[in-house]
Amino acid sequence: MQKNKLTDHLVLILGSLFLMVPVVVAFMTSTHAAADIHSNGLSLTWGGNFVETYEKVLTREGGFTGQVTGSRMVMNSFILGIGFALGKIVLSMLAAYAIVYFRMRFATLAFWVIFTTLLLPLEVRIMPSYQVMSELGLLNTYTGLIVPLLASATGTFYFRQFFKSVPDELLEAARIDGAGPIKFFIDVLVPLSRTMIAAIFIIMFVYGWNQYLWPMLMTTDERFFTLMRGIKQILQVWIGSQIPDYNEAFALAVLAMLPPVLIVVIFQSWFIKGLTESDK
Amino acid sequence: MASIDINQVSKIYAGGNKAVHSVDITIQDGEFIVLVGPSGCGKSTLLRMVAGLEEISEGEVKIGGRVVNKVEPAERDIAMVFQNYALYPHMTVRQNLEYGLKNRNTPRSDIDERVAEAARMLEIDQYLDRKPRALSGGQRQRVAMGRAIVRKPAAFLFDEPLSNLDAKLRVSMRGEIKRLQRRLGTTSIYVTHDQLEAMTLADRLVVLNGGRIEQIGAPLEVYHQPASTFVASFIGSPAMNLMHAELHGDTLAVGPSTLALGGYAPASGEVTVGVRAEDLRVAAAQEQGLLFRLDYLEELGSQRLVHGHVGDQVLTAAMPLDVQLHDEMRLAVDPRRLHFFVRETGKRIAAAEAVPATPQPAMEVA
Repeated sequence: MQKNKLTDHLVLILGSLFLMVPVVVAFMTSTHAAADIHSNGLSLTWGGNFVETYEKVLTREGGFTGQVTGSRMVMNSFILGIGFALGKIVLSMLAAYAIVYFRMRFATLAFWVIFTTLLLPLEVRIMPSYQVMSELGLLNTYTGLIVPLLASATGTFYFRQFFKSVPDELLEAARIDGAGPIKFFIDVLVPLSRTMIAAIFIIMFVYGWNQYLWPMLMTTDERFFTLMRGIKQILQVWIGSQIPDYNEAFALAVLAMLPPVLIVVIFQSWFIKGLTESDK
Repeated sequence: MASIDINQVSKIYAGGNKAVHSVDITIQDGEFIVLVGPSGCGKSTLLRMVAGLEEISEGEVKIGGRVVNKVEPAERDIAMVFQNYALYPHMTVRQNLEYGLKNRNTPRSDIDERVAEAARMLEIDQYLDRKPRALSGGQRQRVAMGRAIVRKPAAFLFDEPLSNLDAKLRVSMRGEIKRLQRRLGTTSIYVTHDQLEAMTLADRLVVLNGGRIEQIGAPLEVYHQPASTFVASFIGSPAMNLMHAELHGDTLAVGPSTLALGGYAPASGEVTVGVRAEDLRVAAAQEQGLLFRLDYLEELGSQRLVHGHVGDQVLTAAMPLDVQLHDEMRLAVDPRRLHFFVRETGKRIAAAEAVPATPQPAMEVA
């Protein structure tokens, strides 16, 4: 038994090291000067340039136009991530509500049509989506960044399953209590779905935060750049014999990682509840 | 408070499946009606049609003289108690009680007053700020009833409200529902598959089978004069003994045994004869009786159930504990206590002389 415990711990420690070390390396390296990194490679020790590098990354106006700062990109990423997650939740809850609770012709068909789009990743429809957005004049807008990505088969599916598990009697009790469809949705279904909403929010926020291809297509104006694009940008500034700003790229990568990590940590208990528990 | 008229109501599901066949029930103001029957007999469907949760395919339902076929459940002035309570899990007990009133824009002071009153009546005052999940089954059921009471509706509809509770709690809640209904005097329709619950609660019983009414009547009337073999075997525990028999003039032949009926034979030829377990007794030395072979005993404490055969038909008799039992004995029965049914249809054959329904409490086997 004791021996087992020891190996258990060993496996767990190895596993977490495997996941943690690259992050630690990225963070430590980001505190060194660019030249330092260039000559010595990655580093596991504290470099002492922490404040300077991070300040620079967050406030320096970079890019070709010199209009975009790190904090601006963080903000853009947040707008994309949160707008994306909230929009998806609202849209997929409404879709699932319609599919589960309303007697429509073709409801099942509608569901399966939505469900099959799970098989089509964004990349497949990226050109038509771009075309639509461009003709609507929504390039270089937050609307254009967020709206085309909102329809979510995953979210609709999760909420459908959840709504199906809500006992019918609850709907009937609400009908007798005088709650119409909208009241029932807001007063009963939404509060009941809290944990589910939290789970979907996390998944979708991280997904939105990490979007790279779509923002790259949609935004040419640097004011709309997200962190994911910014990191790439830093390494692309490659003039003459200038050393790439490795430290800044690493700092930005660490910054880019923080919000999703924070959100997962904060919502963790809800997240697990939402995915595993059917609390009714 | 209101009377309820159920007029030629049928339920036909898509695909032509008929769950309820032209049912007629007239419910007086303040009456406690119990719909009872085996699962699938349409009793819940009927209740849900009254509630407005199920569309009425044919016929009409009137609540307080108003036809409500097309009226939303909330507008029918009814309150319903569900089997699984159907409390809103995310709301406190107080919020659960208030919800229906709030949706009706009842003034705040009125809401508080009614909630307090209902909580006092049901003794749930101390749980008002808890969530349903922190309550026991019995407490949840009280809250569910409270939610119905605060609305002060014209009628209560109960859909098997006690079947999720354990046996002991069920008995006490049964008493409470009865007491509450008496006190409030609200017209009630109560659905159950438990004949004992039906007998003890009802002012009038409606026995349903296969979507049709078998009998409507006061519990004792139904018990003592079942209108069909179905009712006879469904109401009462142990179930009424039903045997194939033949009537020859004034003599009843059950297998090898014969009984002289002393003028009580209502028909002749082949019939189904029914006899309650408690109406059988061991025959005295020279008395006529059914030849009975004992198979096994069930001890109930206050009495024992004697299971055996007459000819090749099973028979159960209830005997006091002090009666001497033999493997073979003759069982006597007062001819007036026999029930006769048409063999083919199972319908009751009216007795030549009305069977006196001496009040006798329903036997309780729990």
